[in-house]
Amino acid sequence: MSSKEKTSSNPAEETIPTPLTNLKIQFTKIFINNEWHNSVSGKKFPVINPATEEKICDVEEGDKEDVDKAVKAAREAFQLGSPWRTMDASERGRLLNKLADLMERDRLLLATMESLNGGKIFAHAYLMDLGLSVNAIRYNASWADKIQGRTIPIDGKFFSYTRHEPIGVCGQILPWNFPLVALVLKMAPALCCGNTVVVKPAEQTPLTALYLASLVKEAGFPPGVVNIVPGYGPTAGAAISSHMDVDKVSFTGSTEVGLLIKQAAGKSNLKRVTLELGGKSPCIVFADADLDNAVEFAHQGVFFHQGQCCIAASRLFVEESIYNEFVRKSIERAKKYTLGNPLKPEVHQGPQIDKEQYTKILDLIESGKKEGAKLECGGDPWGDKGYFIQPTVFSNVTDDMRIAKEEIFGPVQQIMKFKTIDEVIKRANNTHYGLAAGVFTKDLDKALTVSSALQAGTVWVNCYGGPSPQVPFGGFKMSGNGREMGEYGLHEYIEVKTVTVKISEKNS
Amino acid sequence: MNVPAPLTNLKIQYTKIFINNEWHASVSGKKFPVINPATEEKICDVEEGDKEDVNKAVKAARQAFQLGSPWRTMDASERGRLLNKLADLVERDRQLLATMESMNAGKIFATAYTMDLGSSVNVLRYYASWADKIQGRTIPIDGKFFSYTRHEPVGVCGQIIPWNFPLLMLMWKIGPALCCGNTVVLKPAEQTPLTALHIASLIKEAGFPPGVVNIVPGYGPTAGAAISSHMDVDKVAFTGSTEVGLLIKQAAGKSNLKRVSLELGGKSPCIVFADADLDNAVEFAHFGLFFHQGQCCTAASRLFVEEPIYNEFVKRSIERAKKYTLGNPLNPEVQQGPQIDKEQYNKILDLIESGKKEGAKLECGGGPWGDKGYFIQPTVFSNVTDDMRIAKEEIFGPVQQIMKFKTIDEVIKRANNTHYGLSGAVFTKDLDKALTVSSVLQSGTVWVNCYGVISPQAPFGGFKMSGNGRELGEYGLHEYTEVKTVTIKISEKNS
Repeated sequence: MSSKEKTSSNPAEETIPTPLTNLKIQFTKIFINNEWHNSVSGKKFPVINPATEEKICDVEEGDKEDVDKAVKAAREAFQLGSPWRTMDASERGRLLNKLADLMERDRLLLATMESLNGGKIFAHAYLMDLGLSVNAIRYNASWADKIQGRTIPIDGKFFSYTRHEPIGVCGQILPWNFPLVALVLKMAPALCCGNTVVVKPAEQTPLTALYLASLVKEAGFPPGVVNIVPGYGPTAGAAISSHMDVDKVSFTGSTEVGLLIKQAAGKSNLKRVTLELGGKSPCIVFADADLDNAVEFAHQGVFFHQGQCCIAASRLFVEESIYNEFVRKSIERAKKYTLGNPLKPEVHQGPQIDKEQYTKILDLIESGKKEGAKLECGGDPWGDKGYFIQPTVFSNVTDDMRIAKEEIFGPVQQIMKFKTIDEVIKRANNTHYGLAAGVFTKDLDKALTVSSALQAGTVWVNCYGGPSPQVPFGGFKMSGNGREMGEYGLHEYIEVKTVTVKISEKNS
Repeated sequence: MNVPAPLTNLKIQYTKIFINNEWHASVSGKKFPVINPATEEKICDVEEGDKEDVNKAVKAARQAFQLGSPWRTMDASERGRLLNKLADLVERDRQLLATMESMNAGKIFATAYTMDLGSSVNVLRYYASWADKIQGRTIPIDGKFFSYTRHEPVGVCGQIIPWNFPLLMLMWKIGPALCCGNTVVLKPAEQTPLTALHIASLIKEAGFPPGVVNIVPGYGPTAGAAISSHMDVDKVAFTGSTEVGLLIKQAAGKSNLKRVSLELGGKSPCIVFADADLDNAVEFAHFGLFFHQGQCCTAASRLFVEEPIYNEFVKRSIERAKKYTLGNPLNPEVQQGPQIDKEQYNKILDLIESGKKEGAKLECGGGPWGDKGYFIQPTVFSNVTDDMRIAKEEIFGPVQQIMKFKTIDEVIKRANNTHYGLSGAVFTKDLDKALTVSSVLQSGTVWVNCYGVISPQAPFGGFKMSGNGRELGEYGLHEYTEVKTVTIKISEKNS
């Protein structure tokens, strides 16, 4: 995700405060039934600041037994006749709005925590991550009492209607790139529809999720409605996706793990599955595009949050006649970064999240060099500590290179050349991924037909990035199953029941 | 409705694999026999599709789905007209199809003619009428943007259908898929491929472009598995057992994350309160279990009757179950046909034996019937308790279980105490009972004072392990749509 042209409609929010100094991490335990628990095993795991490689704190490490406890609590809270099941839908909405109020109250703290733990530029955390999170909660809060079934004119003397019921206990497994945003995008529609949740934040970034848990309790959600179990994928995550009493699992992360989760659902209880996975999203820039606009959006599209976005615009197809100029401007733009501690206001680029990502990205950069792409700038690590990588631009990239095929998830831009529309559409669609795409042109017909032909869940025209709570987001092909956000996102959190009642006489 | 006599000397014209509107022999050269379950005799041989045939079919379906193809550039309304044309042809060949379905699937001919064929035509016409009403949204997104969604077809859809309602299940699958603009590779059940292949000929006759519908007869572990693990199939829809449904979802997760919808088994509860209209409840509960020899995913196989009316209910149910003439389903005097094959027949008899052994009271039936054909007597067990195999496992045969209950809270818990969740029913005259009990049953469909009422307009599908997703109704379109969001930067936005 990248910031859009403007940030919010409220000018007051444009002023960014300084991050909190001496941030105390209050919440480091497992959250079940509105209470804080130690792990059953007694184990803890360290949480690292990726800019300094120093430990921030330890957090209780949840595993299968903790997940079992959480699922039990969530199932209990979902029982017929429970406070949560008998609550007015509008009251669910009010609780969500209360949660949003509390997030706004603690915005500075949460932004500081997210920046420190997630390696995020503080201004982005404050404006984008927190702004979007609050908006998404409020958007879903407002849907709560508008979740409507239908009355249906079936054949015969019957009265037939559908109820849009909650599914039940929803497992939610989050990524580390937008920890708080991902949490809210999952929790808000789930709770809006009346489900209960068991959340596993990414092991790299559990802190804002645990803080939010305290706000969930403060807002007044009944115990067991929201449960948060920090831990690792192969242990806590796997326990959720193969649990026989979890009705649905929602996962955001790599395609590789997405496959495992869908298999686990098929091996256990056929739990419903939604997946938001990786991408290798194409940006197509036609010669008639507004060049500066395209350069800037394409740049943001791949470099935002150090390239750690599922929608990263990592295949940039530029029409031949403007190619050289485009590359030149892109290089200029990529050189304008000050790297360093993301809490500092003068810094524009923070670290990658951990050593594993850092190593993977450098390996892909090396492959670019070896396979014959032209390294225009960057190409190496930066600094003595922290997982920093220089903003890197490759030109003369061809489709068969690893950097053109594999998801890099780092600050590495690939710029390719194309001649004709048909060619570039084929090349853009020639991937198992299908998350997003961009088209830059002033021509009406090109905009409409090319966006229609691209196999991507979201196509941006003359812009890139920046999800908004009102519009659905998700992947074609192996970039995912299902959609989040918008009215469509609610569909993933309801179970439809048809009731058909025999009557003595039917009138239209 | 005036039901004609079945066709005599039905000729089976179509026995090959249907790809690109052409008939193909199997790549392997193999064929497999198609049996009449009432006589155990072979009707004919059909080409046996396997992985290579599925590959050919998927290639054809992918080609037909290419941007710029006739199918992709066709008006949505024209897709609707083609579906209506297909419905016209099904109506024209109604007698032939009903005869074929009755003979191949062991269906009572009159039922095949009125219900299977009638519903098939209705479903086709219902989805024909949706084709040009599949609407995306324009959305008031934040910022200076114009944003809208397109409801695009998913792509190449694999569809694997069962043997209990071969023709109807085919329509439930191709109706919404084609309506939304997808292309299809369909594998009919190995027991019942014949009506699917006849429909293939009508698809060609109706004018669908080549490659839009492809039909590959064959077996589950070969052709079915090839579809569910294919890297170029975008979605798989399956109706059948929960056991196989699990395999299909796993296969999707091992291959390309294809979208999956599943309509699986059930162990559906009927709850009869003391204030119900007794004769109405007895008849619907009976029909709900015994229809098509108990071979329905919605079979009302756990009948909970409130204590005060229990004995009377059992008495009337036994009386009703004894009113059957078994025999060749093409014969107009026959009311009950055979089970589909030996495997099902054995499984049902085994479960009946378990009922006897575990202490249920056998009220009537309880064994096989006749010298040939897979016939089982209509069977009623009373005094069934929840821990018995017949109370827990899906029988898929003409075997009714009648249990007793005392209170509402107790029966709701017992009704919901299963991994299944396909359907259920409540019989009562009381308004509040009807509304609250239907609300708390964990079932995709709940009938009140009736059973088995399924109409194209209302969604159908399972809670829990009875399935993923919904078929029929507007909801059914969702499974065959891939949503794309387009967001365009503009210079000024006005509401």
